Amino acid sequence: MDEQKIFQEMVNILRTYTKDVSLLDKATKETHILNDLKVNSARLVDVIIKCEDVFEITIEDDEADKIGTIGDAIALIQKKLN
Amino acid sequence: MKKRVVITGMGVAAPNGHGLRDYEEALRQGRSGIRFIPELKDLNFACQIGGIPQGFDSVRKSYFDHEKLLSINDNIGYASVSAVDAWTDAGFQVPDSEDDRVDWDTGVIVGSGIGGMDTIAKTVVPMVNEGKVRRMGSRIVEQVMNSGTSARVAGLLALGNQVTSNSSACSTGNEAVIDGMQRIRMGLAKRMLAGGSEGASPYIWSGFDSMRVICRKFNDDPEKASRPMSATACGFVPGSGGAILILEDLESARERGARIYAEVLGGALNCGGHRMGGSITAPNPEGVKRCIRMALADAGIEPGEIDAINGHLTATFADPMEVHNWSEALGRGPEHFPYIHSTKSLVGHCLGAAGAIECVAVALQLYKGFLHPSVNCEDIHPDIADFADRIPQTCVEYPGLRTIAKAGFGFGDVNSCIIFRKWEG
Repeated sequence: MDEQKIFQEMVNILRTYTKDVSLLDKATKETHILNDLKVNSARLVDVIIKCEDVFEITIEDDEADKIGTIGDAIALIQKKLN
Repeated sequence: MKKRVVITGMGVAAPNGHGLRDYEEALRQGRSGIRFIPELKDLNFACQIGGIPQGFDSVRKSYFDHEKLLSINDNIGYASVSAVDAWTDAGFQVPDSEDDRVDWDTGVIVGSGIGGMDTIAKTVVPMVNEGKVRRMGSRIVEQVMNSGTSARVAGLLALGNQVTSNSSACSTGNEAVIDGMQRIRMGLAKRMLAGGSEGASPYIWSGFDSMRVICRKFNDDPEKASRPMSATACGFVPGSGGAILILEDLESARERGARIYAEVLGGALNCGGHRMGGSITAPNPEGVKRCIRMALADAGIEPGEIDAINGHLTATFADPMEVHNWSEALGRGPEHFPYIHSTKSLVGHCLGAAGAIECVAVALQLYKGFLHPSVNCEDIHPDIADFADRIPQTCVEYPGLRTIAKAGFGFGDVNSCIIFRKWEG
Protein backbone atom coordinates (compact mmCIF):
# COMPACT_ATOMS: atom_id res chain seq x y z
CA MET A 1 0.00 0.00 0.00
CA ASP A 2 1.51 3.36 -0.97
CA GLU A 3 2.13 6.14 1.51
CA GLN A 4 -0.62 8.39 0.17
CA LYS A 5 -3.22 5.64 0.52
CA ILE A 6 -2.13 4.94 4.11
CA PHE A 7 -2.26 8.68 4.84
CA GLN A 8 -5.85 8.87 3.58
CA GLU A 9 -6.88 5.85 5.64
CA MET A 10 -5.28 7.44 8.73
CA VAL A 11 -7.21 10.66 8.18
CA ASN A 12 -10.42 8.64 7.91
CA ILE A 13 -9.64 6.80 11.13
CA LEU A 14 -8.84 10.02 12.98
CA ARG A 15 -12.05 11.69 11.79
CA THR A 16 -14.02 9.74 14.42
CA TYR A 17 -11.89 10.97 17.31
CA THR A 18 -11.20 14.58 16.21
CA LYS A 19 -13.70 17.08 17.63
CA ASP A 20 -12.99 19.69 14.96
CA VAL A 21 -12.82 17.63 11.79
CA SER A 22 -11.86 20.71 9.74
CA LEU A 23 -8.39 20.38 11.27
CA LEU A 24 -7.98 17.24 9.18
CA ASP A 25 -8.41 19.19 5.93
CA LYS A 26 -4.91 20.66 6.32
CA ALA A 27 -3.33 17.66 8.01
CA THR A 28 0.12 16.52 6.84
CA LYS A 29 2.52 13.82 7.91
CA GLU A 30 3.90 16.30 10.46
CA THR A 31 0.50 16.85 12.13
CA HIS A 32 0.66 15.77 15.78
CA ILE A 33 -2.37 13.67 16.76
CA LEU A 34 -2.70 15.00 20.31
CA ASN A 35 -1.27 18.51 20.05
CA ASP A 36 -2.56 19.58 16.65
CA LEU A 37 -5.74 17.56 16.23
CA LYS A 38 -6.60 17.81 19.99
CA VAL A 39 -7.54 14.14 20.13
CA ASN A 40 -8.18 13.05 23.74
CA SER A 41 -5.08 11.09 24.77
CA ALA A 42 -7.21 8.18 26.04
CA ARG A 43 -8.59 7.73 22.51
CA LEU A 44 -5.17 6.81 21.08
CA VAL A 45 -6.00 3.27 22.18
CA ASP A 46 -9.06 3.32 19.94
CA VAL A 47 -7.04 4.75 17.03
CA ILE A 48 -4.54 1.89 17.35
CA ILE A 49 -7.32 -0.74 17.45
CA LYS A 50 -8.89 0.76 14.36
CA CYS A 51 -5.51 0.78 12.56
CA GLU A 52 -5.08 -2.91 13.38
CA ASP A 53 -8.49 -3.65 11.85
CA VAL A 54 -8.11 -1.50 8.74
CA PHE A 55 -4.56 -2.55 7.86
CA GLU A 56 -4.83 -6.09 9.24
CA ILE A 57 -1.73 -5.75 11.40
CA THR A 58 -0.86 -6.03 15.09
CA ILE A 59 0.66 -3.07 16.91
CA GLU A 60 2.45 -3.76 20.17
CA ASP A 61 2.06 -1.41 23.13
CA ASP A 62 5.65 -0.13 23.02
CA GLU A 63 5.28 0.57 19.30
CA ALA A 64 2.04 2.46 19.90
CA ASP A 65 3.71 4.57 22.59
CA LYS A 66 6.10 6.00 19.97
CA ILE A 67 3.35 7.32 17.68
CA GLY A 68 3.10 11.10 17.91
CA THR A 69 2.40 12.34 14.40
CA ILE A 70 0.43 10.96 11.50
CA GLY A 71 3.81 10.33 9.83
CA ASP A 72 4.94 8.18 12.77
CA ALA A 73 1.85 6.03 12.31
CA ILE A 74 2.38 5.76 8.55
CA ALA A 75 6.00 4.67 9.02
CA LEU A 76 5.01 1.98 11.51
CA ILE A 77 2.18 0.71 9.33
CA GLN A 78 4.44 0.59 6.23
CA LYS A 79 7.01 -1.38 8.21
CA LYS A 80 4.34 -3.84 9.34
CA LEU A 81 2.91 -4.26 5.85
CA ASN A 82 6.26 -4.96 4.20
CA MET B 1 -28.36 31.25 59.35
CA LYS B 2 -28.93 28.67 56.65
CA LYS B 3 -29.33 29.88 53.11
CA ARG B 4 -32.61 29.48 51.25
CA VAL B 5 -32.61 27.24 48.19
CA VAL B 6 -34.70 27.77 45.07
CA ILE B 7 -35.13 26.02 41.72
CA THR B 8 -34.09 28.22 38.80
CA GLY B 9 -33.86 25.73 35.95
CA MET B 10 -35.06 22.27 35.00
CA GLY B 11 -34.48 19.69 32.28
CA VAL B 12 -36.36 16.46 31.79
CA ALA B 13 -36.27 13.44 29.48
CA ALA B 14 -39.30 11.43 30.54
CA PRO B 15 -41.07 8.56 28.80
CA ASN B 16 -44.03 10.85 28.10
CA GLY B 17 -42.18 13.99 27.13
CA HIS B 18 -38.81 15.63 26.52
CA GLY B 19 -38.45 19.21 27.65
CA LEU B 20 -40.59 21.22 30.04
CA ARG B 21 -43.26 22.26 27.56
CA ASP B 22 -43.88 18.75 26.25
CA TYR B 23 -43.71 17.24 29.74
CA GLU B 24 -46.17 19.77 31.20
CA GLU B 25 -48.58 19.07 28.37
CA ALA B 26 -48.30 15.32 28.97
CA LEU B 27 -48.88 15.79 32.71
CA ARG B 28 -51.94 17.98 32.20
CA GLN B 29 -53.42 15.61 29.64
CA GLY B 30 -52.64 12.49 31.64
CA ARG B 31 -50.64 11.25 28.64
CA SER B 32 -48.95 7.91 29.23
CA GLY B 33 -45.42 7.15 28.05
CA ILE B 34 -45.78 3.39 28.50
CA ARG B 35 -45.36 1.33 25.35
CA PHE B 36 -45.06 -2.30 24.23
CA ILE B 37 -41.35 -3.17 23.86
CA PRO B 38 -40.90 -5.96 21.26
CA GLU B 39 -37.38 -6.73 22.52
CA LEU B 40 -38.79 -7.75 25.91
CA LYS B 41 -41.16 -10.17 24.21
CA ASP B 42 -38.32 -11.65 22.15
CA LEU B 43 -36.35 -12.16 25.37
CA ASN B 44 -39.24 -13.98 27.10
CA PHE B 45 -39.88 -11.31 29.70
CA ALA B 46 -43.19 -11.68 31.52
CA CYS B 47 -43.44 -7.88 31.48
CA GLN B 48 -43.17 -6.70 27.87
CA ILE B 49 -43.88 -3.01 28.37
CA GLY B 50 -41.86 -0.07 29.61
CA GLY B 51 -41.44 3.67 29.75
CA ILE B 52 -38.69 4.91 27.43
CA PRO B 53 -38.19 8.54 26.27
CA GLN B 54 -39.42 8.39 22.70
CA GLY B 55 -37.29 9.28 19.69
CA PHE B 56 -34.39 10.02 21.97
CA ASP B 57 -31.59 8.83 19.69
CA SER B 58 -32.19 11.75 17.38
CA VAL B 59 -32.50 14.12 20.35
CA ARG B 60 -29.14 13.02 21.70
CA LYS B 61 -27.51 13.37 18.30
CA SER B 62 -28.80 16.91 17.98
CA TYR B 63 -27.15 17.92 21.28
CA PHE B 64 -23.64 16.49 21.09
CA ASP B 65 -20.86 16.18 18.52
CA HIS B 66 -19.73 12.86 17.07
CA GLU B 67 -16.75 12.66 19.42
CA LYS B 68 -18.80 13.05 22.61
CA LEU B 69 -21.47 10.64 21.37
CA LEU B 70 -18.86 7.87 21.28
CA SER B 71 -18.99 7.60 25.06
CA ILE B 72 -22.53 8.66 25.89
CA ASN B 73 -24.60 5.57 26.64
CA ASP B 74 -28.32 5.56 27.43
CA ASN B 75 -27.98 6.49 31.07
CA ILE B 76 -25.42 9.25 30.53
CA GLY B 77 -27.36 10.52 27.51
CA TYR B 78 -30.52 11.18 29.49
CA ALA B 79 -28.52 12.99 32.19
CA SER B 80 -26.47 14.99 29.70
CA VAL B 81 -29.42 16.24 27.64
CA SER B 82 -31.35 17.10 30.83
CA ALA B 83 -28.32 18.96 32.21
CA VAL B 84 -27.93 21.08 29.08
CA ASP B 85 -31.67 21.82 29.05
CA ALA B 86 -31.70 22.76 32.74
CA TRP B 87 -28.60 24.93 32.41
CA THR B 88 -29.98 26.94 29.51
CA ASP B 89 -33.43 27.08 31.15
CA ALA B 90 -31.74 28.73 34.14
CA GLY B 91 -30.34 31.41 31.85
CA PHE B 92 -26.78 30.14 31.41
CA GLN B 93 -24.89 29.35 28.22
CA VAL B 94 -23.25 26.02 27.53
CA PRO B 95 -19.53 26.86 27.39
CA ASP B 96 -17.30 26.02 24.46
CA SER B 97 -15.02 23.06 25.17
CA GLU B 98 -12.05 25.29 24.22
CA ASP B 99 -13.05 27.89 26.85
CA ASP B 100 -10.82 27.20 29.88
CA ARG B 101 -12.91 29.06 32.46
CA VAL B 102 -14.34 26.87 35.25
CA ASP B 103 -17.45 27.69 37.30
CA TRP B 104 -16.11 26.90 40.78
CA ASP B 105 -19.41 27.81 42.48
CA THR B 106 -21.54 25.15 40.78
CA GLY B 107 -21.48 21.40 41.44
CA VAL B 108 -23.31 18.26 40.39
CA ILE B 109 -25.04 15.46 42.27
CA VAL B 110 -26.62 13.19 39.68
CA GLY B 111 -26.88 9.47 40.28
CA SER B 112 -28.59 6.37 39.03
CA GLY B 113 -29.98 3.20 40.49
CA ILE B 114 -28.25 0.64 38.32
CA GLY B 115 -26.59 2.82 35.69
CA GLY B 116 -24.46 1.76 32.75
CA MET B 117 -25.74 -1.81 32.57
CA ASP B 118 -26.22 -1.68 28.79
CA THR B 119 -22.50 -1.05 28.28
CA ILE B 120 -21.60 -3.81 30.73
CA ALA B 121 -23.98 -6.30 29.13
CA LYS B 122 -23.36 -5.53 25.47
CA THR B 123 -19.64 -4.80 25.52
CA VAL B 124 -17.78 -5.66 28.73
CA VAL B 125 -19.13 -9.13 29.48
CA PRO B 126 -19.04 -10.56 25.92
CA MET B 127 -15.58 -9.17 25.14
CA VAL B 128 -14.04 -10.27 28.42
CA ASN B 129 -15.56 -13.73 28.06
CA GLU B 130 -14.15 -14.01 24.53
CA GLY B 131 -10.68 -13.02 25.73
CA LYS B 132 -10.81 -9.71 23.83
CA VAL B 133 -10.01 -7.28 26.65
CA ARG B 134 -7.28 -5.67 24.57
CA ARG B 135 -9.85 -4.66 21.99
CA MET B 136 -12.39 -3.04 24.32
CA GLY B 137 -10.91 0.39 23.76
CA SER B 138 -10.83 3.47 25.94
CA ARG B 139 -14.49 4.25 26.45
CA ILE B 140 -15.69 1.59 28.87
CA VAL B 141 -14.73 2.94 32.29
CA GLU B 142 -16.17 6.41 31.79
CA GLN B 143 -19.52 4.84 30.87
CA VAL B 144 -19.77 2.21 33.59
CA MET B 145 -18.22 4.02 36.56
CA ASN B 146 -20.89 4.98 39.08
CA SER B 147 -19.93 8.64 38.71
CA GLY B 148 -20.19 8.53 34.91
CA THR B 149 -23.26 10.76 34.79
CA SER B 150 -22.03 13.54 37.05
CA ALA B 151 -18.56 13.41 35.49
CA ARG B 152 -19.95 13.90 32.00
CA VAL B 153 -22.24 16.75 33.10
CA ALA B 154 -19.36 18.55 34.83
CA GLY B 155 -17.30 18.37 31.65
CA LEU B 156 -20.09 19.61 29.41
CA LEU B 157 -20.69 22.68 31.57
CA ALA B 158 -17.19 23.27 33.05
CA LEU B 159 -18.38 22.93 36.64
CA GLY B 160 -15.84 22.98 39.45
CA ASN B 161 -17.64 22.51 42.77
CA GLN B 162 -18.39 19.06 44.23
CA VAL B 163 -19.17 16.57 41.44
CA THR B 164 -20.49 13.18 42.49
CA SER B 165 -23.08 10.51 41.79
CA ASN B 166 -25.20 9.13 44.59
CA SER B 167 -27.09 5.85 44.56
CA SER B 168 -29.94 4.81 46.81
CA ALA B 169 -32.10 2.69 44.50
CA CYS B 170 -35.48 4.29 43.82
CA SER B 171 -34.73 7.13 46.22
CA THR B 172 -31.68 8.29 44.24
CA GLY B 173 -33.18 11.33 42.51
CA ASN B 174 -34.77 12.69 45.66
CA GLU B 175 -31.61 12.09 47.64
CA ALA B 176 -29.61 14.10 45.10
CA VAL B 177 -31.98 17.04 45.53
CA ILE B 178 -31.73 16.88 49.33
CA ASP B 179 -27.94 16.56 49.31
CA GLY B 180 -27.68 19.42 46.82
CA MET B 181 -29.96 21.56 48.98
CA GLN B 182 -27.78 20.86 52.04
CA ARG B 183 -24.60 21.88 50.25
CA ILE B 184 -26.09 25.21 49.21
CA ARG B 185 -27.59 25.78 52.66
CA MET B 186 -24.15 25.35 54.19
CA GLY B 187 -22.73 27.93 51.82
CA LEU B 188 -20.44 25.43 50.10
CA ALA B 189 -21.89 26.04 46.64
CA LYS B 190 -24.02 28.69 44.94
CA ARG B 191 -25.66 26.23 42.61
CA MET B 192 -26.00 22.46 42.40
CA LEU B 193 -27.29 20.45 39.47
CA ALA B 194 -29.28 17.73 41.20
CA GLY B 195 -31.11 14.80 39.69
CA GLY B 196 -30.91 11.28 38.40
CA SER B 197 -30.97 9.13 35.31
CA GLU B 198 -31.49 5.52 34.35
CA GLY B 199 -30.95 3.69 31.08
CA ALA B 200 -33.60 1.65 29.30
CA SER B 201 -32.20 -1.83 29.24
CA PRO B 202 -33.54 -5.38 29.52
CA TYR B 203 -30.42 -6.08 31.56
CA ILE B 204 -31.55 -3.55 34.18
CA TRP B 205 -35.16 -4.73 34.17
CA SER B 206 -34.51 -8.48 34.13
CA GLY B 207 -33.90 -8.77 37.87
CA PHE B 208 -37.21 -7.06 38.63
CA ASP B 209 -38.98 -9.32 36.13
CA SER B 210 -37.60 -12.44 37.79
CA MET B 211 -38.66 -11.07 41.20
CA ARG B 212 -42.19 -10.82 39.78
CA VAL B 213 -42.55 -7.26 41.02
CA ILE B 214 -43.20 -5.71 37.61
CA CYS B 215 -46.46 -5.64 35.70
CA ARG B 216 -47.15 -8.75 33.60
CA LYS B 217 -50.90 -8.52 32.99
CA PHE B 218 -51.16 -5.53 30.67
CA ASN B 219 -48.84 -6.35 27.78
CA ASP B 220 -51.76 -5.85 25.40
CA ASP B 221 -52.79 -2.53 26.89
CA PRO B 222 -49.60 -0.69 27.91
CA GLU B 223 -51.16 2.69 28.73
CA LYS B 224 -53.39 1.01 31.33
CA ALA B 225 -50.54 -0.92 32.93
CA SER B 226 -49.20 1.53 35.52
CA ARG B 227 -52.00 1.53 38.12
CA PRO B 228 -50.89 3.11 41.40
CA MET B 229 -53.57 2.97 44.13
CA SER B 230 -55.80 0.75 41.98
CA ALA B 231 -57.45 -2.47 43.18
CA THR B 232 -56.06 -4.09 40.00
CA ALA B 233 -52.49 -2.82 40.37
CA CYS B 234 -50.19 -5.75 39.65
CA GLY B 235 -46.63 -4.46 39.85
CA PHE B 236 -44.71 -1.46 38.63
CA VAL B 237 -43.93 -0.72 34.99
CA PRO B 238 -40.19 -0.30 34.42
CA GLY B 239 -39.19 3.11 33.17
CA SER B 240 -36.13 5.11 32.20
CA GLY B 241 -35.03 8.66 31.49
CA GLY B 242 -33.47 11.52 33.38
CA ALA B 243 -34.10 14.89 34.96
CA ILE B 244 -31.99 17.62 36.49
CA LEU B 245 -32.94 20.60 38.62
CA ILE B 246 -30.76 23.68 39.05
CA LEU B 247 -30.84 24.36 42.79
CA GLU B 248 -29.59 27.83 43.61
CA ASP B 249 -28.84 29.98 46.61
CA LEU B 250 -31.69 32.53 46.77
CA GLU B 251 -29.25 35.45 46.98
CA SER B 252 -27.47 34.32 43.83
CA ALA B 253 -30.79 33.79 42.02
CA ARG B 254 -31.96 37.28 43.00
CA GLU B 255 -28.68 38.93 42.06
CA ARG B 256 -28.91 37.65 38.52
CA GLY B 257 -32.67 38.15 38.23
CA ALA B 258 -33.34 34.48 37.67
CA ARG B 259 -36.82 33.07 37.17
CA ILE B 260 -37.73 30.95 40.21
CA TYR B 261 -39.98 27.90 39.87
CA ALA B 262 -40.27 26.96 43.54
CA GLU B 263 -38.42 26.90 46.84
CA VAL B 264 -37.01 23.72 48.33
CA LEU B 265 -38.18 24.33 51.89
CA GLY B 266 -36.64 21.22 53.39
CA GLY B 267 -36.13 17.52 53.21
CA ALA B 268 -35.10 14.40 55.07
CA LEU B 269 -33.43 11.06 54.44
CA ASN B 270 -33.40 7.92 56.55
CA CYS B 271 -33.51 4.13 56.55
CA GLY B 272 -35.89 1.79 58.33
CA GLY B 273 -33.04 -0.48 59.35
CA HIS B 274 -34.77 -3.53 57.84
CA ARG B 275 -36.70 -3.98 61.10
CA MET B 276 -40.36 -3.65 62.22
CA GLY B 277 -41.63 -5.17 58.97
CA GLY B 278 -38.97 -3.58 56.82
CA SER B 279 -36.45 -5.55 54.77
CA ILE B 280 -34.04 -4.95 51.93
CA THR B 281 -37.07 -4.86 49.60
CA ALA B 282 -39.86 -3.52 51.86
CA PRO B 283 -40.22 -0.36 53.90
CA ASN B 284 -40.39 -0.22 57.67
CA PRO B 285 -43.54 1.93 58.14
CA GLU B 286 -42.00 3.65 61.16
CA GLY B 287 -39.04 4.69 59.05
CA VAL B 288 -41.35 6.14 56.41
CA LYS B 289 -43.39 8.14 58.93
CA ARG B 290 -40.28 9.42 60.71
CA CYS B 291 -38.84 10.56 57.38
CA ILE B 292 -42.00 12.50 56.51
CA ARG B 293 -42.09 14.16 59.95
CA MET B 294 -38.38 14.98 59.77
CA ALA B 295 -38.93 16.66 56.38
CA LEU B 296 -41.76 18.78 57.80
CA ALA B 297 -39.59 19.78 60.75
CA ASP B 298 -36.67 20.62 58.48
CA ALA B 299 -38.97 22.75 56.33
CA GLY B 300 -40.40 24.43 59.44
CA ILE B 301 -44.04 23.83 58.49
CA GLU B 302 -47.07 22.16 60.04
CA PRO B 303 -48.70 19.03 58.53
CA GLY B 304 -51.83 21.05 57.77
CA GLU B 305 -49.89 23.20 55.30
CA ILE B 306 -49.38 20.33 52.85
CA ASP B 307 -51.75 20.84 49.91
CA ALA B 308 -50.72 17.80 47.91
CA ILE B 309 -48.54 14.72 48.02
CA ASN B 310 -46.60 13.40 45.07
CA GLY B 311 -46.12 9.90 46.40
CA HIS B 312 -43.68 7.13 45.71
CA LEU B 313 -46.76 5.05 44.71
CA THR B 314 -45.40 2.51 42.25
CA ALA B 315 -48.47 0.29 41.64
CA THR B 316 -47.53 -2.54 43.99
CA PHE B 317 -49.12 -3.97 47.14
CA ALA B 318 -47.32 -1.21 49.08
CA ASP B 319 -49.46 1.67 47.76
CA PRO B 320 -52.30 1.40 50.33
CA MET B 321 -49.73 1.12 53.11
CA GLU B 322 -48.01 4.25 51.81
CA VAL B 323 -51.26 6.23 51.84
CA HIS B 324 -51.94 5.16 55.44
CA ASN B 325 -48.38 6.03 56.43
CA TRP B 326 -48.87 9.53 55.02
CA SER B 327 -52.15 9.85 56.91
CA GLU B 328 -50.59 8.84 60.21
CA ALA B 329 -47.43 10.89 59.71
CA LEU B 330 -49.44 14.03 58.93
CA GLY B 331 -52.14 13.29 61.50
CA ARG B 332 -54.73 13.90 58.80
CA GLY B 333 -57.53 11.38 58.19
CA PRO B 334 -59.38 10.96 54.89
CA GLU B 335 -61.64 13.96 55.48
CA HIS B 336 -58.70 16.35 55.93
CA PHE B 337 -56.20 14.61 53.69
CA PRO B 338 -54.21 16.53 51.04
CA TYR B 339 -54.52 15.60 47.38
CA ILE B 340 -52.34 12.61 46.56
CA HIS B 341 -51.22 11.41 43.15
CA SER B 342 -48.61 9.36 41.35
CA THR B 343 -46.54 10.59 38.41
CA LYS B 344 -45.56 6.94 37.90
CA SER B 345 -49.07 6.30 36.60
CA LEU B 346 -47.92 8.20 33.49
CA VAL B 347 -44.25 7.32 33.13
CA GLY B 348 -43.80 4.05 35.02
CA HIS B 349 -41.11 3.66 37.63
CA CYS B 350 -37.93 5.24 36.31
CA LEU B 351 -35.85 3.79 39.18
CA GLY B 352 -32.85 6.05 39.86
CA ALA B 353 -34.38 8.78 37.70
CA ALA B 354 -37.85 8.53 39.26
CA GLY B 355 -37.36 11.06 42.04
CA ALA B 356 -35.84 13.65 39.73
CA ILE B 357 -38.46 13.26 36.97
CA GLU B 358 -41.21 13.53 39.61
CA CYS B 359 -39.58 16.53 41.36
CA VAL B 360 -39.69 18.36 38.03
CA ALA B 361 -43.42 17.54 37.85
CA VAL B 362 -43.86 18.93 41.37
CA ALA B 363 -42.03 22.19 40.63
CA LEU B 364 -43.94 22.67 37.35
CA GLN B 365 -47.27 22.14 39.10
CA LEU B 366 -46.42 24.67 41.83
CA TYR B 367 -45.23 27.19 39.26
CA LYS B 368 -48.26 26.79 37.00
CA GLY B 369 -50.91 25.99 39.65
CA PHE B 370 -52.27 22.60 38.66
CA LEU B 371 -52.26 18.96 39.72
CA HIS B 372 -51.93 16.28 37.07
CA PRO B 373 -54.28 13.31 37.08
CA SER B 374 -53.27 10.05 38.67
CA VAL B 375 -54.47 7.73 35.93
CA ASN B 376 -55.59 4.11 35.92
CA CYS B 377 -57.10 4.11 39.41
CA GLU B 378 -60.79 4.29 38.53
CA ASP B 379 -61.05 1.23 40.78
CA ILE B 380 -59.45 2.60 43.94
CA HIS B 381 -57.98 -0.10 46.15
CA PRO B 382 -60.56 -0.98 48.84
CA ASP B 383 -58.06 -0.36 51.65
CA ILE B 384 -57.93 3.33 50.71
CA ALA B 385 -61.51 3.79 49.54
CA ASP B 386 -62.01 6.58 52.09
CA PHE B 387 -59.27 8.60 50.37
CA ALA B 388 -60.79 8.31 46.87
CA ASP B 389 -61.93 11.95 46.78
CA ARG B 390 -58.38 13.12 47.37
CA ILE B 391 -56.96 11.35 44.31
CA PRO B 392 -57.31 13.55 41.21
CA GLN B 393 -58.41 11.50 38.21
CA THR B 394 -58.49 14.51 35.91
CA CYS B 395 -56.26 17.56 35.82
CA VAL B 396 -57.08 19.98 38.66
CA GLU B 397 -56.53 23.69 38.08
CA TYR B 398 -55.31 24.85 41.49
CA PRO B 399 -54.04 28.45 41.52
CA GLY B 400 -53.83 28.41 45.32
CA LEU B 401 -51.53 25.40 45.38
CA ARG B 402 -48.64 26.34 47.70
CA THR B 403 -46.98 23.28 49.19
CA ILE B 404 -46.28 19.78 47.88
CA ALA B 405 -44.57 16.94 49.71
CA LYS B 406 -42.61 14.56 47.47
CA ALA B 407 -41.46 11.18 48.69
CA GLY B 408 -39.38 8.29 47.43
CA PHE B 409 -38.81 4.91 49.04
CA GLY B 410 -36.24 2.47 47.75
CA PHE B 411 -34.84 -1.03 48.05
CA GLY B 412 -32.57 -1.01 51.07
CA ASP B 413 -35.48 0.34 53.14
CA VAL B 414 -34.28 3.87 52.35
CA ASN B 415 -36.63 6.85 52.45
CA SER B 416 -36.60 10.42 51.23
CA CYS B 417 -39.09 13.25 51.57
CA ILE B 418 -38.84 16.79 50.18
CA ILE B 419 -41.09 19.78 50.85
CA PHE B 420 -41.49 22.19 47.92
CA ARG B 421 -43.24 25.55 48.11
CA LYS B 422 -44.55 27.84 45.39
CA TRP B 423 -42.32 30.88 44.98
CA GLU B 424 -44.31 33.98 45.90
CA GLY B 425 -41.48 36.48 45.85
